[in-house]
Amino acid sequence: MLDDFLIRAGLAGIGVALAAAPLGCFVVWRRMAYFGDATAHAALLGVALALSLELPVFGGVLLVSLAMALIVSGLNGRSVSTDALLGVMAHGALAIGLVAVSLLPNQRVDLSAYLFGEILAVTKTDLLIIWGGAAASVALLIWRWQALLAATLNPDLATASGVNPRREQLFLTLALALTVAVALKVVGALLIAAMLIIPAAAARPFSRSPETMAIMAAIIGTVSALGGLAASFTFDTPTGPSIVSTAAILFAISAGVAPALRR
Amino acid sequence: MSLISTHNLTLRLNGQMVLEDVNIAIEAGEIVTIVGPNGSGKSSLLRVLIGALKPTSGSVTRAPELRIGYVPQKLQIDATLPLTVRGFLNLPRRKTGAVVATALTQAGVTDLARKQMADLSGGQFQRVLLARALLDKPDILILDEATQGLDQPGSAAFYRQIEDVRSEMGCAVLMVSHDLHVVMAASDRVLCLNGHVCCEGTPEIVADAPEYRALFGTGTQGALALYRHEHTHSHDHDHDHHHKHEAHDAG
Repeated sequence: MLDDFLIRAGLAGIGVALAAAPLGCFVVWRRMAYFGDATAHAALLGVALALSLELPVFGGVLLVSLAMALIVSGLNGRSVSTDALLGVMAHGALAIGLVAVSLLPNQRVDLSAYLFGEILAVTKTDLLIIWGGAAASVALLIWRWQALLAATLNPDLATASGVNPRREQLFLTLALALTVAVALKVVGALLIAAMLIIPAAAARPFSRSPETMAIMAAIIGTVSALGGLAASFTFDTPTGPSIVSTAAILFAISAGVAPALRR
Repeated sequence: MSLISTHNLTLRLNGQMVLEDVNIAIEAGEIVTIVGPNGSGKSSLLRVLIGALKPTSGSVTRAPELRIGYVPQKLQIDATLPLTVRGFLNLPRRKTGAVVATALTQAGVTDLARKQMADLSGGQFQRVLLARALLDKPDILILDEATQGLDQPGSAAFYRQIEDVRSEMGCAVLMVSHDLHVVMAASDRVLCLNGHVCCEGTPEIVADAPEYRALFGTGTQGALALYRHEHTHSHDHDHDHHHKHEAHDAG
């Protein structure tokens, strides 16, 4: 069954959708869109590092994304306005990553594969990594769920209840780096943040609790992955962007029916 | 020993002196209100007491196993976060339905458990915050401007609720108010803070002064307006300023 590249692609898409759903909810609730961008864009730098040191790409990406996420979450704790700074980090990481990849000696790197993903080229090993990483990220979030929610609502309230908001933020940072590393192959560095944010945002109108929102986001993400894959196959369009386009259409539909749901 | 006390507590934030040599102690069961102008360090002091800020120097001593119920100044729940009242009260630790129901009743909002936090009125929201603070049967309730955004009757009703809670549960209450005109008559002590503790005293003394009765009346059912205070200095925290403390004159 796994010998069919379409089945492998579908499973990879579902794996990423499941990892991105609960994490994406936190990204939306905590208004960390730029944070996601910066971490995802740093993945390119990780690719350059891994290729130049002949390390596995997954490891290089995980390492650099984690470093970037830690730096950014350190900045987040400051009282100075971080919006512009996060913008600098997000776009700077992307540009420097592109330059770094182009500087690799004797390497003909297919840049678009890292920018937009190449889900159709997912191997069995990739699949193992994607599902392993996704499972780790989801397990981490389920373990920390209540404490993370408390810290998200109000750091002082969390502190008074014995939850350390900075510690919880570290767990979130780790989950983000893991998800970025597994999603790179599927949707590429440019669109990872989209897979985090769009399904979660589309799930909001159908949710009355944080938990249902995460589950709805997982369903919407999965439908986007499979729908985008089918669309890409039918219309011969790039797969990563097709998946994100499908998610965006689902978001538009969700936003359209939202007012009716509130009545 | 005191439930919670500070010793020569000094706090600097971003190079600014926020609190200087603050010594306070809260005893079991008493109600203490902190008043002071904006930027006087009231909220920062509470945040040090709950452990959210570390003192630059000096220390905070908490009684062993002290349970603190904290009601923050304001709580902005992002519109993208769906959350029922019950779900909110279950953070960060899940409670049984009975525990949640009891806390809601103590806070005066019995039937709200299934409502969305976003659908609550300002008064209901504050009471749900109070219910959350009551969940762990606190030894001390710490409230930071808990009536901000409530109208006068709403504030008065909220303060009466706090008194009920105190007499029912016997916990100490430490409140902050920037509203110098509304201080609970039930406060055992009023602390005036402006970077340091300027003065403290019982509000009853002030309440008996005829000029204050003339100015504010006897208030509504216990939520008295009885403290007048003027700060005629600039707020550059050099503490080189002049106070007019009518409370001392009256005492």
